[in-house]
Parts: sequence; C-alpha cells; structure tokens
Amino acid sequence: MKELSLHVLDIVQNSIKAGATLVEIDICEDSKDDLMIIQISDNGKGMDEETVKKLEDPFFTTRTTRKVGLGIPFFAQAAQSCGGDLKVKSELGKGTTVTASFIRSHIDRAPLGSMSDTMVSLIAVNPEMDFVYRHKIDDNEFTFDTREIRNILQEVPLSNPMVLDWIKKYIEDNLIEITGGV
Amino acid sequence: MAVIKSIEDLERIRDQARDLVNLRKDSESKIRVVVGMGTCGIAAGARTAMLAILDELKKRNIDNVIVTETGCIGLCKFEPLVDVIKPGENKVTYVNVNEEKARQIVVKHIINNQIIDEWVIPNI
Repeated sequence: MKELSLHVLDIVQNSIKAGATLVEIDICEDSKDDLMIIQISDNGKGMDEETVKKLEDPFFTTRTTRKVGLGIPFFAQAAQSCGGDLKVKSELGKGTTVTASFIRSHIDRAPLGSMSDTMVSLIAVNPEMDFVYRHKIDDNEFTFDTREIRNILQEVPLSNPMVLDWIKKYIEDNLIEITGGV
Repeated sequence: MAVIKSIEDLERIRDQARDLVNLRKDSESKIRVVVGMGTCGIAAGARTAMLAILDELKKRNIDNVIVTETGCIGLCKFEPLVDVIKPGENKVTYVNVNEEKARQIVVKHIINNQIIDEWVIPNI
C-alpha cells in the first residue's frame, strides 16, 4: 500500500465485517519521541485467542473465495519495516483493537496520505455506522465524530453528497490546523 | 472560530438537503454500484475509483444510485472491480477500474445505458 491511510481503510473493512457499529481510529504523532501510532478499535464480534494468533499468518483467512488474508500481514510488515510493531487485542463479543507503531522519521515509513479520502469512502457506503477519528500531533489534537454530525443532520443521511463534501473539507481543514499550517 | 463556521455550514447543508429529498424512496428502483474493497481492491486503487464514482454522480445530480462495497471475490488481479446492477438486468462487472474508467462508467453505463464491453468480464 502506498499510503498508511489505505491500510486504515483496509483494517476497518475487517471491523465492518465483524458487525461493528462503532469504529474508532486514533492517530498519534509524537515528534519528540519520533513515534507514530495508528490504532483502530471496534465493537464488533471479536475473536478468540486462537484466531488472534493466526492473524499474522498470510495463509489464514475466514474467507472462502481465496486462500490468503493479507490485510493484517501487510500492515504488520509496514510497521515492522519502520522499526515498529503491530499488536492485535481482541475479546469475543466485545471487539478488536489493532495498534501499529512506526518510527515516524523512518525512511521506509509510507506517508499517511489522505485520511479525508479514507473517512469519506468509509462513511459513504456505511452511513448507518459510526466512526470516530482522532488525530494528535504533539500538543495539537482534533476529533471527528459521526455521532455529533448525525445529531446536527437529524434525518439527513451521512451519505448525502453535500454532507460528504463537507466532511472531506472539515477533516482537511482540521488536519492543516493541527499540522501547524496556515 | 473555524469550527463554529463549519458547523453552521453543516446546518445549512442539512436544510438544503431536506428541500431536495428524493421522492423515489423505494430502493428496488435504484441502480446499485458495488466496489470491491478487499485488501486487493484497496491496494489496486479502489478508494480512488469509489471517490470518482461518488464525485461523478454528485456532479450530474444522479440520486437513484446506491454505492456499496464488497470484499474480495477472488479476482484479485483484475482489481479494482466495479459491479453495476440495474433493476431487472444482469450484473455487469468492470475490471481494472481507474479514475477515468470510473467516471466513464457513470456517464456511459449508468446514465446513457451503454455497457462499455471492452472493460467487462463475462458473468461468472
């Protein structure tokens, strides 16, 4: 994957398939410790310990259409090749948390890419699900929460094209702000 | 300040959207577009394809289309895959859909009813 935001999109697909109604995406960038952490938590059906152990095996998948499952192994490889690691915590009936860490300045660390595109793609086809996206860069932080937006929108769906445009711009503007841009 | 202004914008969009409520609420008359969003699809550019489809539908004010996603169907080397399913017609599967193809699919197939044969795989 060329962008870490594509890994996020991919990992969240697992949450969707696990029947999650809420997915929380946390990105934390720390320039002092030179660390970047991407965490995705869901309230889906979760997995037992045995299943979690098999996740990093590319030849494990619950699918029947093909014999490989590469989402988690790819993300793990991206983290490990940047001096980081990937951890999966899961509890049956409670949900799953995937945490990837990276050395932020590592030469092989892919750019985060467009988180606004990732969020818009997720919301457009899953308008009934809730997503929280928190992004922290050193002391600056911003939170995007579809539950708050839903409150304002009332009966208008999140997948409305004008709403999606607003979401894209809202995320972009806030990211520029916490990056310390204009 | 910026946040407050944005929220005001969102309220304005909500009121506008209410005025443009689609009267055809029955989803049976809607066209379905399904984008392959497995790991293979995403790695091959499914996000770009999906956003291009949404953008083209918005630009042309098409509101009788539901865009959804599916996982890997085992045709990874043909990803990104996009299915177009019109009510009462067979599913049409487009392969290797990039941004330009995605926009053409909206214009030619969804709007003008012309299937773009050279990008389609036979029904499986």
